Amino acid sequence: MFTLLDLVQPSTIDEAYQILMAKRNNTVLGGCAFLRLGSSRIGTGIELSNLSLQYIKEQEEYIEIGAMTTFRELETSPVLAQYFTGILPKAVSNIIGVQFRNVVTVGASVFSRYGFSDLITALLALDTEVELYKGGRMPLAEFLLRKYEKDLLTRIFIKKEGRIASYQHMRNSASDFPLVNVAVSCFGDQWRIVAGATPARAKIADKASLLLGRGGAIEDVVDVATQEIIFGSNARGTAEYRKAMSKVLIKRGIQEVLQWK
Amino acid sequence: MEIKVILNHKPVTLVGEKDEFLADILRNHGRLSIRKGCNTACCGLCTVWLDGKPTLSCNILGIRAAGKEITTIEGIAQEAEEFAQVLVAEGAEQCGFCSPGFIMTVVAMKKELENPNEADIIHYLTGNLCRCTGYMGQLRAVKTYLGVK
Repeated sequence: MFTLLDLVQPSTIDEAYQILMAKRNNTVLGGCAFLRLGSSRIGTGIELSNLSLQYIKEQEEYIEIGAMTTFRELETSPVLAQYFTGILPKAVSNIIGVQFRNVVTVGASVFSRYGFSDLITALLALDTEVELYKGGRMPLAEFLLRKYEKDLLTRIFIKKEGRIASYQHMRNSASDFPLVNVAVSCFGDQWRIVAGATPARAKIADKASLLLGRGGAIEDVVDVATQEIIFGSNARGTAEYRKAMSKVLIKRGIQEVLQWK
Repeated sequence: MEIKVILNHKPVTLVGEKDEFLADILRNHGRLSIRKGCNTACCGLCTVWLDGKPTLSCNILGIRAAGKEITTIEGIAQEAEEFAQVLVAEGAEQCGFCSPGFIMTVVAMKKELENPNEADIIHYLTGNLCRCTGYMGQLRAVKTYLGVK
């Protein structure tokens, strides 16, 4: 269990950021679900409930999601059910249980860039941007590659477009962590194949995505994707196993998107 | 730290440490119906409602409940009794340790889902792992209680 020396609920984002930067071990608290499994000693915990960051708003060009929005809110949002063939509700619906998804937050999951994340894999298949208080707004793909730097994730933006997207995952049992997950999306002839929980954080298979857009055969695309994505081993599965499973998931993802097109 | 909440329809000031989770704070407040089975956010035993939403109290910092309405099984005694009768009639009740959390989830589902099918019910109850009487008996009871097939 982690320990907190102090706990604050700032009323402005700027105040939250100042406290975050004031001391090395000051930390933003999201849902705390992952944090509580560790034993970090936190100076001041910064709790963001008073910053009005819990919402899903449909804007003209983007869907805007506040950092404190819970996974359950993603899952049951009528807006998100309408867009991208419902990939976001689908991607989060297998994470533990309803009671857990009512606690964990979008901002904490995306900012922490967890390798096991179901959400990040799905978001990466869409045109998603993250907004950091200090670092500004940038594409999710860029954020995932950046070196870790203390900051405050305030909102994410997903471009509203007719992107069709499929989410595929493999778990040892329902509600467990994914062994590997895949998202495939298509907008016009622009395809995107993403693999996550490899067990590293999600990545776009660029070459395979391009090949698919140029009309490459599914088998070839699957081979290229699983060559360019680096799979690793951990207690849940070996690299070979993840690679073999990914081949099936990518194929299913492409086939599902093709059916909807 | 003091946390002002509405607990089972009554304003209450809870007292806890800054890094204390809601389950412990509520138990220290005498709400022993809150069980901690796994304490790793997996078993669903510690389920309470926060502003009407089923929530793992072992997994949420006390401060996040500030100003909110907390409902434990004591706050829905009548509905709990009604469902408990159905559970017993289906032979789906054993030691009772997991019952408060399970019942809180089932009653929340009744309020949230409209005419759910079997897959919807199973999906909603996935977060309640501790169920030694067997999942089938409980599923029968839940369907009877919800009045669905």
